[in-house]
Amino acid sequence: MNSLTDAQLAARVARDIPDGSYVNLGIGKPTHVSSYVPEGREIIYHSENGIIGVGPTPPEGEEDFEMIDASKRYITTAPGAAFFEHADSFAMMRGGHIDIAVLGAYQVAENGDIANWATLDEKFPPAVGGAMDLVVGVPTIFVMMRHTNRDGTPKLLRSCTYPLTGLGIVSRVYTDLAVLDLAPEGFRLVELTPGNTLEEVQALTDAKIHS
Amino acid sequence: MMDKRLPDLATAVARIEDGARLMIGGFGSAGIPFGLIDALLDHGAKGLTVISNNAGAQETGIAKLLKEGRVAKVICSYPRSPGSIWFERRYEAGEIELEVVPQGTLAERIRAAGAGIGGFLTPTAYGTLLAEGKETRVIDGRGYVMEMPLHADVALLRADRADKWGNLTFHGTARNFNPVMASAAKYAVAEVRKLSDVPLDPERVVTPGIFVQGVVEYGVRP
Repeated sequence: MNSLTDAQLAARVARDIPDGSYVNLGIGKPTHVSSYVPEGREIIYHSENGIIGVGPTPPEGEEDFEMIDASKRYITTAPGAAFFEHADSFAMMRGGHIDIAVLGAYQVAENGDIANWATLDEKFPPAVGGAMDLVVGVPTIFVMMRHTNRDGTPKLLRSCTYPLTGLGIVSRVYTDLAVLDLAPEGFRLVELTPGNTLEEVQALTDAKIHS
Repeated sequence: MMDKRLPDLATAVARIEDGARLMIGGFGSAGIPFGLIDALLDHGAKGLTVISNNAGAQETGIAKLLKEGRVAKVICSYPRSPGSIWFERRYEAGEIELEVVPQGTLAERIRAAGAGIGGFLTPTAYGTLLAEGKETRVIDGRGYVMEMPLHADVALLRADRADKWGNLTFHGTARNFNPVMASAAKYAVAEVRKLSDVPLDPERVVTPGIFVQGVVEYGVRP
């Protein structure tokens, strides 16, 4: 089975973000998408903690303690950037002003449900952050994740078993093995990572993949 | 004559009582009033309810309050951060109560309190575990959850500059929850990098002084 690296996956997602989009990148793997935007496109990145126009990581020694993104990494400003407070930041998200959000997930179901904030382990404190606000407000939700858990169990399911973040809102899922759209009938194949067959990917997917 | 400048951090936190509901500004480590939190530790108030986005990390700020056993309840959106060992320890031991609130709902509940709103309907969390037990309504085919305002006795804030009228400016992403929290507490006090001897330019004020009861200079950044 051919599996994309995290960098290749980030580059694949970046290809689908149109010029002129306002985009929110979730913490973890999705933050890397900004490094792979194709030449000639201007994408404005929103970070929930109060900035549109997130710029690249500062050079070592030039970090500003009060300039961070949602992943708490040091950032700079891009041309056209603006700062704002939290109530405004979430008005941008909830109010439908952001075009695309790229999120990680524990599970995605064939009806477009997503689970990415809590597990069933009661000792593991739940942490929702801004995920629930993003999924209700942003019209296009891309999920970027490994196709299966580390133990090989599927993350693309007939229905989620973990507590939900949002209901029926995922547009497209990018995994290391395939790209799948959420269609009325369920997961619909967009493309396979070169070298993989539908049968191989289906065997690692709980829900049916429609082609 | 109006003068909200305070002589030191200890004076700024002196009125915080045991069991107080406390908002603490900041996101990650930006905009956290580390000086005021240290002063609060010295002051000794306990049984606190802390309303903040995170639950501290390493051995500083809110994590220090948790370590010293001063916190009874945390209301936040994201308690689990890299290095949030003291939160995790207290949580696993069942020593603190946790209320997880979606981040936008947290900000808006605080905004509602400051703006005199009695509650609001948000689509956030509709149909999820975090909406359980809450009133819901369907408007134009879309589900909404009724959320209530979140008030505090005291807000501890961090800003960049202040004048004696309590007007505040901020730097970078350290603004975050600080302005909205200023409006929702009976007593909002800000530590600032620099107290200005002259009035701040009204065009640049982010948080108007009417929301702020005290300002104290604390130039140190961790």
